[in-house]
Parts: sequence; C-alpha cells; structure tokens
Amino acid sequence: MVSIEDYGNFETAWCPGCGNFGILKALKQALVNLGRSPHEVLIASGIGQSSKLPHYLKCNTFNGLHGRSLPPATGAKVANHELTVIAVTGDGDCYGEGGNHFLHTVRRNPDITMIVHDNQIYGLTKGQASPTSEVGMRTKIQAHGVFNMPLNPLSLAISMDCSFVSRGYAGNIPHLAKLIEKGIQHKGLSLVDVLQPCVSFNKLNTFKWYSERVYEMEDPGYELNDRVRAFEKSLEWGDRIPLGVFYVNEKPSFEEHLDVLATGPLYRNAAKTDAVNELIDGFV
Amino acid sequence: MRVQAGLVILIYVFVISYLHKVWEQKGIIMNIGLNLKIGGAAGQGLQTTGMVLAKTLKKSGFHVFSTQYYLSRVRGGHNTFQIRISDSPVLAMTENVDLLLALDSESIEQHLSELGDGVVVADADVIDIKGSVDSIFHVPMLKIARDVCGDRIYSNSVSMGAVVGLLCLELRGIEQVLKKTFKKKGDEVVKKNIDAVRAGYAYVKENYPGGCKFSLADPGEIEDMMLINGNDAVGLGALAAGVQFLAAYPMTPSTGVMTYVATNADNFGVVVEQAEDEIAALNMVLGASFAGARSMTTTSGGGFSLMAEALGLAGITETPAVIFLAQRPGPATGLPTMTEQGDLLFALHAAQGEFPRCILAPGTAEECFYMTADAFNIADEYQIPVIIMSDQYLADSLFTCPRFDASNVEVERHLLSDQELRSKGEEYRRYKLTPWGISPRALPGQGGVLVVADSDEHDESGHINEEPENRIKMNDKRMNKLEMLRKEMPVAKLYGNPDASLTLIGWGSVYGPLVEVVDILSSQGKSVNCIHFTHIHPLPVEATIKLLSKAQKIVCVENNSTGQFSRFLKADAGISVTENVLRYDGKPFSPGYVIDALKKKEVI
Repeated sequence: MVSIEDYGNFETAWCPGCGNFGILKALKQALVNLGRSPHEVLIASGIGQSSKLPHYLKCNTFNGLHGRSLPPATGAKVANHELTVIAVTGDGDCYGEGGNHFLHTVRRNPDITMIVHDNQIYGLTKGQASPTSEVGMRTKIQAHGVFNMPLNPLSLAISMDCSFVSRGYAGNIPHLAKLIEKGIQHKGLSLVDVLQPCVSFNKLNTFKWYSERVYEMEDPGYELNDRVRAFEKSLEWGDRIPLGVFYVNEKPSFEEHLDVLATGPLYRNAAKTDAVNELIDGFV
Repeated sequence: MRVQAGLVILIYVFVISYLHKVWEQKGIIMNIGLNLKIGGAAGQGLQTTGMVLAKTLKKSGFHVFSTQYYLSRVRGGHNTFQIRISDSPVLAMTENVDLLLALDSESIEQHLSELGDGVVVADADVIDIKGSVDSIFHVPMLKIARDVCGDRIYSNSVSMGAVVGLLCLELRGIEQVLKKTFKKKGDEVVKKNIDAVRAGYAYVKENYPGGCKFSLADPGEIEDMMLINGNDAVGLGALAAGVQFLAAYPMTPSTGVMTYVATNADNFGVVVEQAEDEIAALNMVLGASFAGARSMTTTSGGGFSLMAEALGLAGITETPAVIFLAQRPGPATGLPTMTEQGDLLFALHAAQGEFPRCILAPGTAEECFYMTADAFNIADEYQIPVIIMSDQYLADSLFTCPRFDASNVEVERHLLSDQELRSKGEEYRRYKLTPWGISPRALPGQGGVLVVADSDEHDESGHINEEPENRIKMNDKRMNKLEMLRKEMPVAKLYGNPDASLTLIGWGSVYGPLVEVVDILSSQGKSVNCIHFTHIHPLPVEATIKLLSKAQKIVCVENNSTGQFSRFLKADAGISVTENVLRYDGKPFSPGYVIDALKKKEVI
C-alpha cells in the first residue's frame, strides 16, 4: 500500500499561502489513491514557481527548460511507456513560452497528464502579465493595464480536440485530487488547468475572488464527448467559473499508434547487427 | 552535324590518347578518369538518372564519386548530378567535364565551357541548341521513348542507354541496376526501362560507330565495395548503434538521415517523430534519453540555433544525446542547398555557460558510419551531447568505399544493471561525485530508485542547490569529463610523406580533395603531405602538437570565409598556420581549386 508519507515532506521555496501547496497536496493524494509508487512516476517540468513542484515530492524528475515540459515528457513516455508521466507547468511556461508544444502535444496525444498551475501572473520574475492575465490588469510592465486578450486554455484545447480537458482549483483540494486522478487514468493527453491564486503578485485573482466565483459541475448537462457544447461551456468565465471535466474524447494515444511499443518499452530494444549488415548489402 | 561531330571525335581520340601517354610519363595523370555531368531542371528525373548511371559504373568495376548541385526548389531551376569515375579510388570532384548529358538547354549554356574536349549528349528535338556545337551527339530520346515504350517518361532511360553506349560499356550492368531500381514498380516498368536503354544504346552504336571515344574496358566488378552517400552512412551508423528514438524537424541537407532511419524504423524497433520545431526535437530526445532510449536528432544550422538552449540542458543534466548537424551556408536561410563549413565555432560554443560536449567531423562515408556509431557510445559513456558535423557536400555525395561491417560496432550503454543498483546499499544519487566525474547512471523506474535531473545547478541527488561550494564541485565534475574524453580522442591522420615541407590541414568533408591534392603535387615532385582532423573537440592537444611539430609550413583548407578551424587550432593548441585556403561560394573544394589557390598564394 502506498501512503502519503511515501511521497515525503519537503521544505519549499514557495511563499506562505501559495496556491501551489494545494496542488502539491492534491497530486500526492491522487497518486496514492491510484496506488502509484514514487518510482513509477516521472514528473517533467519546465521553469517557474509551478515547475519546482517535483522537487517537493518523491518521484523521478526531469526539471528541464522554461516552456519545455511537454517535449521531454513525450520523449520519456515513448522511451518507457510503463512510467506514469506527468507534466507540471504554469500559464507562462505552457501557454506562453511553450505554446507551440502545447498545440502539437494535443495533436500528438501522448498518455501524459498536464497539470498547469494557472495563476494568471508571472511569479518567478515577480509580477508581469501572463498569457492568461485579465485585460486591464496593471503591472510594472503593463503600466497602462493589459490589453492583449487572455488565452482561454480550455477553449483552445477543446477546439483542437484534446482528449481530456478539465479545470480544477487550488482552493478545493479533494475536487482537484479527483480531477488529477481521472486525468492520470485517462489514456491520452489530459489537461488539468488549475486556478491557482498567487498571494504575492496577483492582487486581482485572489483566493477570495476565485472562491466567490467557482462552482463544481456535477453534471455539465451534455455528453462529455460533445465538442461544441464543451466549447460553449469553456467560454463561461466571469461571475461564475465552472470546475470539473469539460470534454473527453477517447481516441488512440500516441504510444498506441507506435507498433514497435507493442512488445515492451522502447528502451529495451536491442540493436540488430545482422539486419544492419543486410541493409549494407543493398549498397554493395 | 553528325559527320562533322564524327570527324571531331576521331581527331579527339587520336590527340587525347597521345596526350594521355605524355601526361602519364610526366606523372600528371595517375589513373584513368572520366567526368560525367547530367544537367537539367528539378523534376526532370536527374536524381534517378544519376543514381542509375552511378550504380552502373560502380557495378562495371569503377571507383565512383558523385556530387549533386541543386537549387532550393522542387521544380525548375538548374541542377546537376556529376559522376567521376576512375580505376583507382576517388574522393573528390574535378571541374572538367568529359561527357555532358544535357536534359535542358541551360545545361549546355552553363557547362559548355567546362567541356574542353568533351562531348554533349542531348535530344535536339526537345531542347533548343543555340549555334552550332560540334561536340553534340544528338539522340532523339523522346522519339525513341515514344516509339519503343509508348511513353515519353522513358526518355531518360534512352539517354542512359546512349551514355552507356558512348562509354563502350556492356549493357549487362545497367540492366541489373534497372531491375533492382524499378523492382517495386513491377515487371512491366522494368521491361520498358530496359527496352529504352537498349534502344538508346543501339542508336548510338548505329549512328556514332566511332563515338566510343572513351573506350572504357569494364575492369570487372570490385568486390565488397559500396556506393553510398554520407547521409545514408550516418543513418546506417545510427541503426548499427541501436538508435531507439529520433526526433527531428526536416531541414536540408540533414533530412536524408531522418528519412533513412524512418524508412527502416519498423524493422529496427525505432520511433521516429517529426517534431513541431527543433526546440521540441532536442527536448524530446533528452526526455527519451533520460528514460533510457538511445536517442538522436538531425538538423542544419538554423535548427541547431534553436537547439542551443537544450544543448546546454543536455550538458547540465548530463543526458546523452547525439546531434547530427549537416551544415549549409548561413547566416539565417543562407544558401539552403549548398555547402559550407561555417558552423564549427558555433557548434563549439553554442548555449550559455560552460559544459562538456564532443564534436566529431567525419570526412568520408566510411567515417560517417563508424563515427556515428561511436558517437552514441561516447554520449552514453560520458553522459554528454555529441555533435556529428557534416555538410551538404558530404551528406549528398556518393562514395565508393569498402563494405561497412556492423559486427565491428560495439553497443556500450554504460548503465547500472539492476543487480549493481541493488548491491549499492545506499540511496541512489544521479550526480554522485566520483574521481573521474562520471556518475553511475540508472534509469527512472529501475530498481525502485528515484532519478532526478535538473536544469538548475543541483546537488548529488539532483535537487536545486545554489551554494557556491556545491557549484564549484558540480562544475568541476562536469568539466572533468571533458578531460577524461580528451585522453581517449584519437589524433588527426597524416597522409603522405611525414617529412614534407608543406603540410595541408583540414577537417571533415575536405578529406577527399586534400588527399588528391597531395597525390597530384607529390607526383609533380613537390614535397607535400596533409593532416586531416575528424575528432575535433575535445582536441587531444599534446598529440596534435607533436604531430604538427615537424610541419614546416602549414596551410589550412576549409569551406568558410574566416578560417574557423585555424582559429580553433590556435586557441586550443597554440598552433599557427602560415596560410588559409578558403572557399565560401557554396561549392565544395576540387583539387584544382586548392592547387590554384596555393599557387596564387605562392605556397607552391
């Protein structure tokens, strides 16, 4: 039996009260609920306050470059598809610096769970606008207020037929843990966008602000594979912000398309010397 | 025109055979050689025609060397496929053309001046030949193709038959090659191609009975020799090394390697993924490598620029990766289909910070094969990125070389076994400090241990650590691997008389031209040798200084405008060259170009 204790307890570099703590707790709970041991889990992360997360629980870790959590996660999943691969990233990391990888990883559909700490601000660099910052938010850089339209990650993912699209809230840990659990169980790319208050730099989207607006969708009122209805639902933002699973489309994962993985993990394949010599004969 | 041409040929044959004797006595010609050039627009089937002829000539027992010159377009433009043959090994191109197969009129306009005493084979019914050109053998390729095969697409095969006939070769060789080439397209296609070749052959035999000017006797097939280009050789090397994952973004002139591996991926248990960009490509490779797969990426300078940050990630996370970098002239888009060695200093210094990397630069197809295989072992042993530097010239040129043997390739993964991991009896630390700097490597998921890699400076366990003392330890650990590898790097190879008064040096793809320059100048009684560098970085400094200590005058020959290798040699080994011979017009060196430059610089 795996327990929460197996995932350890570490000192963090996060500000007291940060929404990241809730996400860390929910992730540990989800992994324990699924009975995954730390050594079966690989977390690939980018750069940002979110991406420090794998340092604060026991797991295999590839803490790479800013914006680049998804490509190494994909590579690792292909190399050893027996691993539970989770990409931990943030709104700046995933929707800004790594936006291109987000689009193409959705197309590729590897069996990876993406947890996006979406705090609508840049925390690590101390308070600049992020791709999801609201119009009008003032920062030292956006002194006249943000005027670029915010990116809607859920709408974008649904429009590209991402196979699992959901939203959680760092202030609702049991609900978030359940979402992450579903995301990990889903075969294919799972997006878990997490509303995460930044207590130091985002004075607009606070715990209070979110708590007054978010609500759990018990039943979204449509079939989860209804892309148009899911897209419509994903546009709901403002006074009321829905949480839960918006869209699910079961389809073959990237690894399922790769016949060479049928016999076992890729990294165990041996070099075929005789077959290479046969190819060489073709050039003689 | 026909009569006139016949007369010219007769005189030519007489004169040339006399000249050959004189040249041979003077040592100017060391072997029988011939240059064929096929010119045409993109989309005219140049590639297939060239390949079939090159294979046929190789099958007939000649050493074949072939280069391609093409523009960045899928249709139109002017492209050439050049084939040099000899009865002894050839590794470079020469400028003169003996037989030009012109598929368009531009071929004649552009290359007539290269012909000297050579001849043109063309279909005057199809292409506009301006003025009277005596040396043209008109072959009605289109008409014959229609008459014999009922389809104009066979006109290239008619032209091939004509060329084989004019070279006085037997039809057997080309027929074998055609059978193999068109096997997949079915018996009908094979038969029609053979019919077309025979018809072209018969046409020249009948109409130009004296046209057999080159009189190449079939030397008989040379055994166990391959005809292969640099890119395919790299692809084969990767397969021999057991590559498991390749992620790349297509970019000329590197794409051939990606294509070759993809073509064979299913049979070899390899996953090839076309990434959304080069940033993703190298980052995917690093993720796959971290999780245990032997991984590589392929690119050219533009893509490599995008990979720079991930190159540093490989460095600090100590993740093995093989990067195939086929250079083309930059900056930016530059000359996309041409050649240059302009990225050496960039490859040496790309990415912020300091970390160990290895740079290999094969000079022949054989070296492409074995050094690619070796690159994987170096990457795994030292847990570093290894860059294999090629260029358009090496990538696309066809070499005749001894058969590779994959049995000579050892696959050395340098991974902890489950048993070793269990017997450690301590918590696994990915970056454990060792006297030699290399930490024993386990894979995530293996033996219940946790493997932690971090792009931040980290401690032995892999977690972020910003302490100055730790930084020094970790930096020294990584850089120590470079010194360990330096001891293993073989020194450059010397060709020719060790005591020669002039030493030519070069790296990578200039090997062939350099060797031929040494042969030609030596035969003229000049005292010249050459030293060719394949293992560039980390340079075995002491051995290199020793090797070059005898050199009286050093001239560095390289395909760039600033003498990058000379500067590198000065910086790393303190060796100064006397002169540089540089070329940066997008074309590779020919021996003649180098000799002219040496004369101009009054080195010889």
